[in-house]
Amino acid sequence: MIYRETGQFKSSYASDQAIFPIVQDRVLVLLGVAAAFVVPPLMANDYWLQAVLIPLLIYALAAIGLNLLTGYAGQVSLGTGGFMAVGAYSAFKFATSFPQLNIVVVFLLSGLIAAGVGLVFGVPSLRIKGFYLAVATLAAQFFLVWLFNKVPWFVNYAASGTITAPARTLLGVMVTGPQASAEARYVVALGLVAVFALVAKNLVRGRVGRSWMAIRDRDIAAEIIGVRPLRTKLLAFGISSFYCGVAGAEFVFLYLGSAETLAFDINLSFLVLFMVIIGGLGSVLGSFLGAGFIVLVPIFLTNAPHLVGLPLPVALQKQIELMVFGALIVFFLIVEPNGLARLWQIAKEKLRLWPFPH
Amino acid sequence: MAGNPTFLAEVLFGGIAAGLMYSLVALGFVLIFKASGVFNFAQGVMVLFSALTLVGLMEKGVPVPIALALTLLTMVALAFAIERLVLRPLVNQEPIILFMATIGLNFFLEGFGEMAWGANVKKLDIGIPDTSFIVHGVQLNRLELTAALTAAVLVGILAIFFQRTKIGRALRAVADDHEAALSIGIPLKTIWVVVWSVAGLVALVAGIMWGAKSGVQFSLSLIALKSLPVLILGGFTSVPGAIAGGLIIGVGEKLGEVYWGPLVGGAIENWFAYVLALAFLLVRPQGLFGERIIERV
Repeated sequence: MIYRETGQFKSSYASDQAIFPIVQDRVLVLLGVAAAFVVPPLMANDYWLQAVLIPLLIYALAAIGLNLLTGYAGQVSLGTGGFMAVGAYSAFKFATSFPQLNIVVVFLLSGLIAAGVGLVFGVPSLRIKGFYLAVATLAAQFFLVWLFNKVPWFVNYAASGTITAPARTLLGVMVTGPQASAEARYVVALGLVAVFALVAKNLVRGRVGRSWMAIRDRDIAAEIIGVRPLRTKLLAFGISSFYCGVAGAEFVFLYLGSAETLAFDINLSFLVLFMVIIGGLGSVLGSFLGAGFIVLVPIFLTNAPHLVGLPLPVALQKQIELMVFGALIVFFLIVEPNGLARLWQIAKEKLRLWPFPH
Repeated sequence: MAGNPTFLAEVLFGGIAAGLMYSLVALGFVLIFKASGVFNFAQGVMVLFSALTLVGLMEKGVPVPIALALTLLTMVALAFAIERLVLRPLVNQEPIILFMATIGLNFFLEGFGEMAWGANVKKLDIGIPDTSFIVHGVQLNRLELTAALTAAVLVGILAIFFQRTKIGRALRAVADDHEAALSIGIPLKTIWVVVWSVAGLVALVAGIMWGAKSGVQFSLSLIALKSLPVLILGGFTSVPGAIAGGLIIGVGEKLGEVYWGPLVGGAIENWFAYVLALAFLLVRPQGLFGERIIERV
């Protein structure tokens, strides 16, 4: 690596437990985050912001949410799409019923609603485990999507059945609605995901995260050492759904603009699950890497044939995309079941020892 | 509900027929889960893929028996490929990783099947007319009856296969304990190929039945999602459970849709099965016939 931690001795528990114990890491990450706020809005064009970076950030937020539940607390969930729908539809109701409400407050409130719904669907987790639970969470997915489809109140009795993000400003800048610039949306999405990623990181370092991991690794042993299973699992469901709910609200307000329930079908749940697995179970960084991978691969697959001068028919392209996607997932699982985050960790360790292999 | 007994009987019959179809798909899941602990999400796509292959071959003018044989061969080849390329490299990984791999497989087969055979809806004619006849005033459907009979026969054969044959015993041994089975000389790799081949055969039967009823198209793979609640209701490891679960879900779903659906705006078929299964699991977490989960530290 270009730097070494030589001479950086930890002399207190606080410094030993820091998120980034090495000064250079800390500085680099801070600079990186600052650059993420400044560089893309200035450099990237609308396509990159709107079709790549904004969905990437929103998916990353949802992936962090699912990762807290599946990666840290060990409860496999296939209901992410449903919880995101709860966030989106409650954000729509809040934003249209209380037009003067700050848009960030709307996001947070819809996250809270999603957390409540998540708690309800988390109750069975005490009795059922593993794949049984995974299938049971599908009940949430199908029921919630059906509910938003059937009850016209959720879409303010719109005949089309779609929800459209109303125009709202934040600090005098238009951030949602058709007039909002891609830059403004990007900065809002980035701000939220940065804050929530930090919160998640601290959550999993602390008592809550440790109790989640204890439940994940061996639930009965955890119970014996005093972790209360129901409380811990429900907390995981609640917090995870909060993240997914906020991501769902952003999904409609900052990315799609308007949506119907189709946007939140089971494929969305799978997509987020892929991000978590490919990025790395039990890693906040992995959620970002996974989201990046899943967002970028289809774009690459769509553009690659054109780059080599081999334009394919759209249908065939779609089929090849499915095949490559499926094969990549299997390949990835075989090569590194612990995900991209683990690869990154290995690379860092190798670089620290370089040029000496041992 | 007792308003019209004939109508009720028809609804019940429809439910049983649909339920047996779910059972057929669920059976494939159970076989694979039992013998390898892999939750095979791709079972639904295997149903679709086998039906697509069969129809594709038949459209090319291949006679039916040869097309059937070729499709079976394809499914066996697929089983070999899956064992070699997916399962073997992932041996000893956590169940969720294997589950994800089968989702990857799901995507791959979906793209592959569509590329090989085209995406339009195909008609599968197996010589049994989709017509109805009337017994005691109750309308019965020939195709559904055939499907029900086929399912029953298939389950019978599978039961004999599991209980009476040498390879069936080996399968049960592997299901109980991989390592112990290996240590007494049961070849795990062969067993996996056999299991996935049998699952492919079950998928083919399910594919033929569903395909004859509603045409071979991509919504066929969605049945997989329908058979999941059947599974959790019946228990992941139980063949009779898959059948009983299928019947309960099929009948419950039809009754729910016909009698309670209109009260809440209809189309509850999508989630009714899941909520039913979920409610049931709260009372009996291991499902109807699943193995009792005993927890020790």
